[in-house]
Amino acid sequence: MKKETLKIKKPCVMILSGYGINCEEETKFAFESVGGAADIIHINDLIDDPALFSKYHILAFPGGFSYGDDTGSGKAFANKMKNHLGKELKEFVSRDTLVIGICNGFQIITNLGLLPGALVHNKGGLYIDRWVDLETKENKSPWLSGIEKISLPIAHGEGRYVVGTDEYKAMKKRGDIAFSYTKGEICDYQNLEANPNGAMHDIAGILGYNGRVLGLMPHPERALFFHHRPDWQLRNEVLKRKGKKMEKEGAGIVLFKNAVKYFKK
Amino acid sequence: MISRIYVTPTVSDSRAEILATSFNNLDIKGKVTHISVIDCYTIDAPLSPTDLSASAALFANPVAENATVGGFPKIPPFSYLVEIGYLPGVTDNVGHTAMEEIADKLGRPFKDTEAVYVSRLFCISGELSESDAKIISLSLHNPLIERAYVAKADLIKKQNGLPLVVPQVILPTKTPVIKVSLDLSDEELIKIGKEGISGPDGIRRGPLALDLESMKVIQAFFRKLKRDPTDIELESLAQTWSEHCKHTIFANSIDDIKDGLYKTYIKAATNIIRKNKGKDDFCVSVFSDNAGGIVLDKDFMVTHKVETHNSPSALDPFGGAITGIVGVNRDTIGFGLGAKPIANTYGFCFGYPGDVRPLYRDKNLTQKMLPPRRIIDGVIKGVNVGGNCSGIPTVSGFVRYDDRFRGKPLVFVGTVGLIPRKINGKLSHEKSARIGDLIVVVGGRVGADGIHGATFSSVAMDSSSPATAVQIGDPITQKKLSDAIIKEARNRELYTSITDNGAGGLSCSVAEMAKESGGAVVDIESIPTKYPGLSPWEIWISESQERMTLSVPKKKWNEFKNLMESRGVLAVVIGEFTDSGKCIVRHNGKMIMDMPMEFLHNGLPVRHLISEKSKSVHKDPKIPRGDSRTKELLALLREGNVGGFSFISEQYDHEVQATSVIKPLSGKGRINTDAQVIRPVLDSTKGVILSEGVYPSYSDIDTYHMAACAIDTAIRNAVAGGGSLKHLAILDNFCWCSSYDKKRLAELVAAVRACYDYAVGYGTPFISGKDSMFNDFRGYDEKGNLIAISIPPTLLISAIGVMKDISKAVSPEFKMAGDIIYVLGETHDELGASEYYKLLAKGTLEDIGNSMPRVDLQKNIKIYQALEKAIDKELIASSLSLTSGGLSVGLAKASLGGMLGCTVNVKNIPGTASSIDAKLFSESQGRIIVTVAKKNIRAFEKLMRNIPHAKIGTVLRNKSFTITDEKKAIDTMVDILAKNYHNFSRQFK
Repeated sequence: MKKETLKIKKPCVMILSGYGINCEEETKFAFESVGGAADIIHINDLIDDPALFSKYHILAFPGGFSYGDDTGSGKAFANKMKNHLGKELKEFVSRDTLVIGICNGFQIITNLGLLPGALVHNKGGLYIDRWVDLETKENKSPWLSGIEKISLPIAHGEGRYVVGTDEYKAMKKRGDIAFSYTKGEICDYQNLEANPNGAMHDIAGILGYNGRVLGLMPHPERALFFHHRPDWQLRNEVLKRKGKKMEKEGAGIVLFKNAVKYFKK
Repeated sequence: MISRIYVTPTVSDSRAEILATSFNNLDIKGKVTHISVIDCYTIDAPLSPTDLSASAALFANPVAENATVGGFPKIPPFSYLVEIGYLPGVTDNVGHTAMEEIADKLGRPFKDTEAVYVSRLFCISGELSESDAKIISLSLHNPLIERAYVAKADLIKKQNGLPLVVPQVILPTKTPVIKVSLDLSDEELIKIGKEGISGPDGIRRGPLALDLESMKVIQAFFRKLKRDPTDIELESLAQTWSEHCKHTIFANSIDDIKDGLYKTYIKAATNIIRKNKGKDDFCVSVFSDNAGGIVLDKDFMVTHKVETHNSPSALDPFGGAITGIVGVNRDTIGFGLGAKPIANTYGFCFGYPGDVRPLYRDKNLTQKMLPPRRIIDGVIKGVNVGGNCSGIPTVSGFVRYDDRFRGKPLVFVGTVGLIPRKINGKLSHEKSARIGDLIVVVGGRVGADGIHGATFSSVAMDSSSPATAVQIGDPITQKKLSDAIIKEARNRELYTSITDNGAGGLSCSVAEMAKESGGAVVDIESIPTKYPGLSPWEIWISESQERMTLSVPKKKWNEFKNLMESRGVLAVVIGEFTDSGKCIVRHNGKMIMDMPMEFLHNGLPVRHLISEKSKSVHKDPKIPRGDSRTKELLALLREGNVGGFSFISEQYDHEVQATSVIKPLSGKGRINTDAQVIRPVLDSTKGVILSEGVYPSYSDIDTYHMAACAIDTAIRNAVAGGGSLKHLAILDNFCWCSSYDKKRLAELVAAVRACYDYAVGYGTPFISGKDSMFNDFRGYDEKGNLIAISIPPTLLISAIGVMKDISKAVSPEFKMAGDIIYVLGETHDELGASEYYKLLAKGTLEDIGNSMPRVDLQKNIKIYQALEKAIDKELIASSLSLTSGGLSVGLAKASLGGMLGCTVNVKNIPGTASSIDAKLFSESQGRIIVTVAKKNIRAFEKLMRNIPHAKIGTVLRNKSFTITDEKKAIDTMVDILAKNYHNFSRQFK
């Protein structure tokens, strides 16, 4: 059990930055708004002082465009980590820690081999920014507790998840499919197709290390507020006519709450 | 030693499938059946076989890719191979990253003479001829920046791969600095001004764009000094005195306006508005800096700046556009002590995508212009990569199409910034290079990029030469720089001043900052270059991207240098700021430029401008018979100037930074919004609202009213979305043509007068502006006949406003069946140059009418203030500002946006509009359609008591859409409206 993490007041979150990662600030805001203590750490500072790892309970690979996707999304950043921090990273995930890779972060941790599969060019060939509906059938992951359906935004050019057949079978067996694209309220609202990028088996996010490591293309940190939703104006109008106040929170906040709760309980 | 690494996808490749279709749409005889896309890394460095395979492993994800070294990869049989790579000296971002990865992996830094070059191989299967392959290769590359290698499969087999060559830059050794005698005839001086200094090789170096008058002033200046100028001195003067830097047309006296247009109308408007606002003045830093800054709240300031990058985008659409957007980002980073870019905006004016009439730059028809479709695709992609890679949401934008933009497109790019009002207790917008501070350049290295801007010298056309006048931006180099400066160095007070390296490169940025201290001395050889062999003058004026110039106190230098190093940012000391009153440049200790600041900045001769009014009269088009206008409405919705452009909005990341409130696309029907709202500070409810107004076609009738409409529209769009006249600022971007033509000057004067009248009238100050005065194309058609195409005079007005509470923002689409539809404002017979008349005129300029919209300031102010109140009291469910296409198009958008029908009667709408055509399609300004829930009607109508408004209909649950006057004029269904509205956008997918 989680001996070393008993009764932590403020779980410490390390949010990596540098070389074109660009969602670190909103990711920090997300963790802190639910009671985490988050630091943005430039990868070069971590390379200079790998001992930093020991201070943290949660590691976040935020979204962005590390190295501008040159030589393939996530590759260059992953190579840099492999070259300098491979051992420390292994040690970190072997502890009772949590890791999340969002969008470019997901691309990085697949290239790191932390999670299976790869992310390649969208089937449409273009970068897409839109919202998607997701469902999860897993309940073992601390990240996903209480989530069945959730709608989040995506913004990527290389988000088509591909994986070998045997690996996929094994993942299913292990219950490592975190999120799959499905038709839900957003797709109904804007009449969009469920799977935006042609991902195999409609996979939007996956798990590793018994659910402690989560990689996903959608951006929960861009769905922290009610007004982030594409349909908030209509929903708000409905609320007004019922004499209700505008909602504050967005669905994405749940993942960050879950992560912080994991160490607090 | 040169070796190649081939990376081949092992899973189905969507890029290849899309390409196959597009190739088969080209004008080829054969048929493409399959394509393999291979990424190729050509390494020019002696690596051992083991090191090579270790490097190859870096570039292939085993799950999806396969890397091959030594020989050509095993792929399905193909008939032709096309390799596309860069020309020598063109920024190769992927190549640089690949080199970094290899160096890091092998722990082996690359020498200056070593490099990695990226290229992409297209192995094409199918029955194809040589000429087919050539056509395909042309569709894949732009000869100005890229090279293509086309080979039959058997040749590749014979060679066991591609030839081992690299696009290395080799420059002839030349005398670093030459003296230029100006004791010459006027003809010779004119020649130097027009074609440039002729080097030892006898080749002219490209235009200085200095007229005889200026050349004579320079001649006299050096006669007084009893010496000849050096080439770097002349080039430096040419940059500092250029229209681009000095804006002479706005600065110089014109007619009886002795202080010039800018001082008399633009700046004066802002000054008087600020005076009138008194303690409510929200301007903090206007016109003086790289961007304009206004108050957000007690802690923060927001900045805005809009630039244009037209000529470069005409030559290399992708490179021009990406350089434009990352360039204007630097204007934000260079505001005050450094603002953080929080939103990008864009505006594109293109020729029609279907237009395939060829244009050539030269009489021999060797330099073909890219057709509008190629320009459109490239420009859109440039802003896509520039914005997306930088983590800046691209939230606001527009697209316009006109035949006259096919010779020269307009590419507007803007950036909004956020900066604390105080940094460590000091005002953040105040900066000054101090005497003794080091001149420090951060960011990329210097190449021959963008020398003489985008003027096309014969050198630039020679593929073996590096002097491509076009630059390609490198967003990641800049992102590293931006983060290191804005998020770290700034708050540690490691520098005293900062500015962007834009037009004119160091020659302008250093000279500008030197004003703060009173002088500067630079050692040119200390500036890092991309390759050896550049002359000092080239290094001095090069516009290589991703560079900023800072003044760093000597005692802070080590801390600054270490920080930059640890962030992977190149930073070097190139000189020192002084109070010598001179801008001095040394080359290996030898003085090569010795220029008094006074002459450099104020020596430029002032020429008096004279304008001459003219009037254009048009016929009205033939008006459709009968009562129905359904066909016309649907045709309008299919127009690029009216229909949606979701294909752009959805490929631009508009949600990064988690600030999104009102998005570029809104409602079930995903209509483009005319105003967008972001929440720049996540723990505050303050919002920033952005909007634009632009009417190029109106200039064909009258530029005064064109400008008035642009301002009114930008303001109205903002207010309709939840903005407030009390806290709204505007920016002007003038894109004019042949500006020394007296008639064009008269049109300019009229437009600028309107800017003053309406800015002051609405109390919306100008905080920043820019002009691009010569958007003319002179070239040849396919028969070699000369053609000149000038753009319609275009004024973009961008608005930026602050909202107290983002939850009050209102989107344009209908929300609820049963809501009542109102039109606010008056509709008149103002169809001149409207989208409707242009449609009826079928592209001819003769029949666009004369009665264009006029702006009634006093009426509109009352309307906007009433609307503000109604929105603040949350009485309004939807609010849509009426612009191009008029009332019927506005109703159509609101309807398909909410996927709800409506029944509307326009019999009694306010105003003098008589015909059904005017009621439906007139573009009268000052109008908004809003919907109101039944329970709010009384309160709403009370607020509207004294302003022109009418209840015109009801939102329906079913999908029927009808507009009636005396008789039914529009009768269709919402789904049909939606299909037509998105039709134009669909062709780009």
